Amino acid sequence: MHYQTDRKRAAGKGSAHSGAEHHWFMIVSSVALACMVPTWIYIFGNALGSGYEASLATMSRPFPAILTALVLIVGMLHFNKGGRVMIEDYTQGTARKLLIMAYTGFSYVMIACGMFALVKIAL
Amino acid sequence: MAEAKRIERPLSPFMFVQYYRLQLTAVTSVMIRFTGNALMAAVFFLIVWLLALASGPDAFETVEWWLTSFIFDLFWFFMLWSVWYHYLGGLRHLIFDAGKGLEIETAEKMGWICVYGSVVLTILTVIVIWL
Repeated sequence: MHYQTDRKRAAGKGSAHSGAEHHWFMIVSSVALACMVPTWIYIFGNALGSGYEASLATMSRPFPAILTALVLIVGMLHFNKGGRVMIEDYTQGTARKLLIMAYTGFSYVMIACGMFALVKIAL
Repeated sequence: MAEAKRIERPLSPFMFVQYYRLQLTAVTSVMIRFTGNALMAAVFFLIVWLLALASGPDAFETVEWWLTSFIFDLFWFFMLWSVWYHYLGGLRHLIFDAGKGLEIETAEKMGWICVYGSVVLTILTVIVIWL
């Protein structure tokens, strides 16, 4: 005779042993981006084409620099995970693995290059 | 054995090219993926711009000349539309995830809001930034 409840016996026996954290990450990062991106577009849109001195002055200020860093990091992780969902929907096998690697590599290279540039501009 | 009763079962949306009539909600959803991927071109050129800015006036002048040329104006316009479309489409999915707006009529209305709203927001952004 089982003294455990049905709920207790079923817990942890899902096929993947994990849940919706991937999708939840997309929701959290999308809300973060929704708050940041309009302001960032305004800042970057005004900086682009304003000349070296003005662009440098904008990107040297804390708010534009930190916002650019946040948009870049959160945006690339959002792209990486969102792109992975798409890759898993449409491809299989080796192509799937290589595409996931390429998306992940691209994401981190963009983050690293952006951080390097922002730090160098700030110093 | 008794003859199996044929039941009209719904088809997977991933069969749509051959068997499935394209619907507004499906097309507007696929376009979110398309614009999300396309936006990586904007990220790439943002990084080029930032690295040029970090390396000095000479490199920056060349890069800025390219990034503000006519072809890149068209490019940035398309990227602006992509970001707004992805934005509105994402909001639509947040509403869907909250369990709301799933009635066909509402879902289709929100699809059209993404299509027209993204164009309106793009033009508004251009007006705000360049005027």
